[in-house]
Amino acid sequence: MSTTSPSLMRADRSRALLVRRQVADRLATGFGWVAMAVVVWMLGSILWTLLRNGLPGLSVHLFTRSMAPPGQDGGLANAIVGDILQTGLGVLLGAPAGLLTGIFLAEYGADSKLARMVRFVSDMLLSAPSILIGLFIYMIMVAPFGHFSGFSGGVALAILAMPIVVRTTEDMLRLVPVSMREAGIALGAPKWRVILFICLRAVRGGVMTGILLAVARVAGETAPLLFTSLGNSEWSLDMSRPMASLPVAIYQYAGSAYQDWMEQAWSGALLVTVGVLVINIVVRVGTRGGRT
Amino acid sequence: MNTGVQATGSTQASPNGSQESTQAEARFSAGTTQASTMPLTEQDEHLTRPAAMEVRGLNFYYGTSHALHDISLRFPERSVTGMIGPSGCGKSTLLRVLNRMYDLYPGQRATGEVLFDNQNILAPGVNLNVLRSRVGMVFQKPTPFPMSIYDNIAFGIRLHERVSRSEMDGRVEDSLRRVALWAEVQDRLHSSATALSGGQQQRLCIARTIAVRPEVILLDEPTSALDPVSTARIEELLDELKGEFTIAIVTHNMQQAARCADQVAFFYMGRLVEVDSTPRMFTAPREKQTQDYITGRFG
Repeated sequence: MSTTSPSLMRADRSRALLVRRQVADRLATGFGWVAMAVVVWMLGSILWTLLRNGLPGLSVHLFTRSMAPPGQDGGLANAIVGDILQTGLGVLLGAPAGLLTGIFLAEYGADSKLARMVRFVSDMLLSAPSILIGLFIYMIMVAPFGHFSGFSGGVALAILAMPIVVRTTEDMLRLVPVSMREAGIALGAPKWRVILFICLRAVRGGVMTGILLAVARVAGETAPLLFTSLGNSEWSLDMSRPMASLPVAIYQYAGSAYQDWMEQAWSGALLVTVGVLVINIVVRVGTRGGRT
Repeated sequence: MNTGVQATGSTQASPNGSQESTQAEARFSAGTTQASTMPLTEQDEHLTRPAAMEVRGLNFYYGTSHALHDISLRFPERSVTGMIGPSGCGKSTLLRVLNRMYDLYPGQRATGEVLFDNQNILAPGVNLNVLRSRVGMVFQKPTPFPMSIYDNIAFGIRLHERVSRSEMDGRVEDSLRRVALWAEVQDRLHSSATALSGGQQQRLCIARTIAVRPEVILLDEPTSALDPVSTARIEELLDELKGEFTIAIVTHNMQQAARCADQVAFFYMGRLVEVDSTPRMFTAPREKQTQDYITGRFG
């Protein structure tokens, strides 16, 4: 008796435990499925709405003609080009600055006071409302010159892109194992060569991802451009003049009362979304192959 | 226990401290206790060679923790010095002093002298990049750089020399041949080095180190992450390399020390307990602690 009862007790207890764990498991799995379904449904409905409203407006004119008054069968060509130019300038300025800052934080600053401060400011910029960035650039690049310009739009986008690149670059460099750094140093390589030719190379996929994510982020920004490049209905490649961009054009058209403008706003929104999607896919495919 | 360690530390330090100056004396001090019972071996001849590197009265600190106590040790040229001892005894720390790798980490400091080419490398003003090109290092885990096999080797050469394309090709091939890797990789020199097996990667790392033409090679448990076959190949390799380089190898593997080393140094709790030629160390150690360790009684 004394030998069987403890084992019986153990069996009872473990059966109760088993049931409780199974219930908890089912519940957790169930919640997971529901949450997943909600997110997929939301994303799906956004894409569906975009496709349903944007596809009918997609035409050759959209890519070949500039913006025009309602009823005149205009396109978004100048906005598309303006978007590419300003995003390009933004990344051209923001990515190298972000890259160098990320290198400083990961490799030189480490836990120094300066590095902690830079990291804090950069993370703050990352979450700063983008309209503030627009206002800031308005104050220093638009008001003094007396006119809006594509350059100021590009600079505003650069400030938005930079902290993204800083964050990913620092995080990626911190993933490089100490042993690889030491191996470079042990060959007599100066620190900067180890960083540039070994560490950065080891995580180039991740760093590129950061830069492309920054591109995707700023390509769809509206607020910082409202006060900087303003928007322009004419075809223009002159970045010292006001310049059109897709998000601003969408903002103007979607708020209008004209049927054809609203249709083009939907098509523009679809273009931006597809563009960002393509960049993300490129990142995925690129880093899958490039990781070593 | 503690007093025993103190005592062995001081008996070791005094002969080295006073008699380090000439080879004959070093030979004498190495052979005194056992000379009558042990025949002189090939390894004894190694002990008489001039020192490629010589550590004198070295103390090392990680912050406030005193990791190495008054170490004095000669590394006879073109010989293999094996460094053994339980984990945390300071053998890897000593290795990292010899190429001043510890300099990367603030708070780590060394006092005493490490003589290399008539210069104290612990002194301020030593060009560390040049020092590290002359004192190479191979690590426990293979560390191929994220580039092609060819570039892994060319990277180190380019750091210190300007060589033509054809000369570089020759240097790369020569280095790979010397570590017996050429036949395995000659068709894929320009593919990624990270695709190689662990043993191949470690041989690549050795090739990369010797390509820079150092005088001393430090190996920090170079085979502990490798399978027995790869380990055997590396050990054979060491035997060939010691004809040209001075080698210091840290190992946890007693058989490895016995197979590869000409002299063996036993460390315990930050102190050099005993150093002697390999046959004497493994057959007739002077210190009881050494005997206990090599017979597997602790560590």
